[in-house]
Amino acid sequence: MTSSQNGAGEPVAVTGIGVVTSLGVGIADNWQKLTAGQSGIRRISRFPTDALRTTIAGTVDFVPVDPFSSADLTERLAELVAEQAVSQAAICAKGDFPGPLFVAVAPIEIEWHHREVVRADLHSNSDLTYDDLLRATGSGRFRSLHERLLMGSVAWHLADRFGTKGSPVSLSTACASGATAIQLGVEAIRRGEADAALCIGTDGSVNPESLIRFSLLSALSTANDPPAAAAKPFSKNRDGFVMAEGAAALVLESLDHAKARGARILGVIEGCGEMADSFHRTRSSPDGKPIIGCMRNAITDAGLTPDDIDYINPHGTGTSENDKMEHLGVAALFGERTKTIPISSNKSMIGHTLSAAGAVEAVFTLLTLEHQRLPPTINYKIPDPAIPLDVVPNVARDAKVRHALSNSFGFGGQNVSLVIGREPM
Amino acid sequence: MADAPRETWITGIGIVSCLGEGPAIHWQRLNEAPLQPEMRAFAPYVVHPLAPIEFDKQIPKKGDQRQMEAWQRIGTYAAGLALDSAGAKGNADLLARMDMIVAAGGGERDEAVDAAVLSGLSRAERPGAFLNERLMSDLRPTLFLAQLSNLLAGNISIVHGVTGSSRTFMGEESAGVDAVRIAHARIAAGQSDIALVGGAHNGERRDLLLLYAFAGHALKDTFAPVWERSAHGGGLALASLGAFLVLEAREHAQARNAKPLARLTAVLSGRSDRQAGGITAVLARMWQDLAGRLMSDRVAVISGASGAEPATGAEREWLATIPDIPVRATGTYLGHGFEPQFPMNIALATLALGHERLFPLGDSSGVEREMRGSVDQIVVTGVGHWQGEGMALVERAR
Repeated sequence: MTSSQNGAGEPVAVTGIGVVTSLGVGIADNWQKLTAGQSGIRRISRFPTDALRTTIAGTVDFVPVDPFSSADLTERLAELVAEQAVSQAAICAKGDFPGPLFVAVAPIEIEWHHREVVRADLHSNSDLTYDDLLRATGSGRFRSLHERLLMGSVAWHLADRFGTKGSPVSLSTACASGATAIQLGVEAIRRGEADAALCIGTDGSVNPESLIRFSLLSALSTANDPPAAAAKPFSKNRDGFVMAEGAAALVLESLDHAKARGARILGVIEGCGEMADSFHRTRSSPDGKPIIGCMRNAITDAGLTPDDIDYINPHGTGTSENDKMEHLGVAALFGERTKTIPISSNKSMIGHTLSAAGAVEAVFTLLTLEHQRLPPTINYKIPDPAIPLDVVPNVARDAKVRHALSNSFGFGGQNVSLVIGREPM
Repeated sequence: MADAPRETWITGIGIVSCLGEGPAIHWQRLNEAPLQPEMRAFAPYVVHPLAPIEFDKQIPKKGDQRQMEAWQRIGTYAAGLALDSAGAKGNADLLARMDMIVAAGGGERDEAVDAAVLSGLSRAERPGAFLNERLMSDLRPTLFLAQLSNLLAGNISIVHGVTGSSRTFMGEESAGVDAVRIAHARIAAGQSDIALVGGAHNGERRDLLLLYAFAGHALKDTFAPVWERSAHGGGLALASLGAFLVLEAREHAQARNAKPLARLTAVLSGRSDRQAGGITAVLARMWQDLAGRLMSDRVAVISGASGAEPATGAEREWLATIPDIPVRATGTYLGHGFEPQFPMNIALATLALGHERLFPLGDSSGVEREMRGSVDQIVVTGVGHWQGEGMALVERAR
């Protein structure tokens, strides 16, 4: 690995970004609403919510997919953001992106409406088994479902559309996936395999079964009314995260390559860090060591120390567990500065975009650096005295930010942190 | 990259399949005639079920086993075998620095719940409300964790303590190819010293059969070696298998006195335009990339051909352009397990190189021929049944 000093990795430029969340499509709209403290959380209208404990989500209903399928929406959202990022980077002719593709995507699976389409073909209302469904495939009428429901399909279609080079990588590190996509791009550029990489996080998985799965793990907020007030990261009355959809794309480029072609550098990924947790499938190690190690690795990779970090874009889900552990980790690393370093959760407004979150929040962190303005943590009405933090409560504010830390933590002990900065002088 | 690439050693392999567990039994069975796989349990579909495994040996806590579905148990078990093989098991310092890339599918379903809900849906007055009610009451809360693709890696962290890093790649066969490629590239470039890489697949699932039956790819009715299936339209036989490798920088292995089982000297991945018949061209290009490294007449190919058409036919066409190179398709013995197929074949190549000879042919179509003499270098192919191609060069340890 090309090293500068202190074991640090080479910084990598960001020359194009794109985003869609429940707040809207594109950078301008999202940034305006994010800094205005608006919420994108709404009552679910996509499917009936009878018998559900949680009836709200940050759905992206304004991107039409008919009939709805999470796989199709996930792909459509990724197309939208990649279009924005690649066009902003102005790095290639249409459909000829000069580097690899890394896509963070929720695992693709056969959804209920797919099963129902197959069942309907059997023309029977009696009890059935998988053997009956298998028999129905004999007609050959469902051939297209095979490709649609392969795990690699979203990335394959994106690779075709944008002309990325090599084998497109689909990946999951649960709720850290978006950050892992960026990390893989950074590493490929640092290895000299490519001058540029297209990194995407995308998630369109608000469907009944996905919502119910999180609900059965008691991970979701049930504060359904009013929807906009449900996501309450770092508040004493926080009661879970709010599921949400969205996507973000980043065009990464080696600094030399970006400078040589006179590209506008939006910011740089200065460092990446990770450390897996072996404690439990859904809970963090009580001593916080993996979270602390993950953040420290990212800061070291950036050639910085915790004192150099001016702002934290936390994982900040609003679950009791996450926010407590994230505070513990921040406190261990930042010591006396814990109460004063600003740390604001985008998820208070856009909800938890799951596989996309790491990429969406990296894009918002880049905008925070560009505008020197901190988006707020909204719904911060009842501070939790156990985790005293400057969460930039409820209202955005200006600040001097040179280096920011963006955290992503996920089920399965996944921890990834990114250090993002402004263009080096 | 300023520095010269570092040499990558394979210092551990962990494999389980229908043939059994571990190198010895795999080598023994590969030297016998291919077995007829299971024909009854999933009739009319042909499936290669996992040989009986005592999961306690690698996953001692029953609580851990209960939290996993079969594909995760298979993978966690195989990962444990690989760590044992590398002499890394229980070495907390080493495991805390060990990187991990897992190639995973996921989504293991509760078939009974699916069938009951689907049956009820057709008669429900308000299907949406019915679906919610049934899923809220019938889904086991922990099933989700057994379905999530990244939770095989999560379970390996929990059970074996691998925590340096943890990444999961998805995308069928390509996930396995790119997992090995990127783990290898990171070691070569000095971004990583030691990595656990591999995957697992449970083929004994009707929900997965459905996915491949949609396009007519699931092998039915008659078993035949993979090269001999094209007469009946081709088809892949789902397999249960788990395969993990420990890859390690030579210097790192030497410093801890670990021995190389083989050297991994190149890993290539690509994605051809299949509409345009690009498979043969991309394989030819990859072979050309490796040609300069192929030193002797002691070269063989271990193919990951699935039996699915037209992919297998295209690979066969390419193989005909290198007629002097002996070929073996392990899918005939193991079935097809998608994500772990490529790491499995690298492990089997490692095994053959350790024995300094190729195993006998398992096919009478003429694609596979006897190999006289010993083998020094094995090229492993991984042509996805639908998308993606890969190739690796595995060489005898010096």
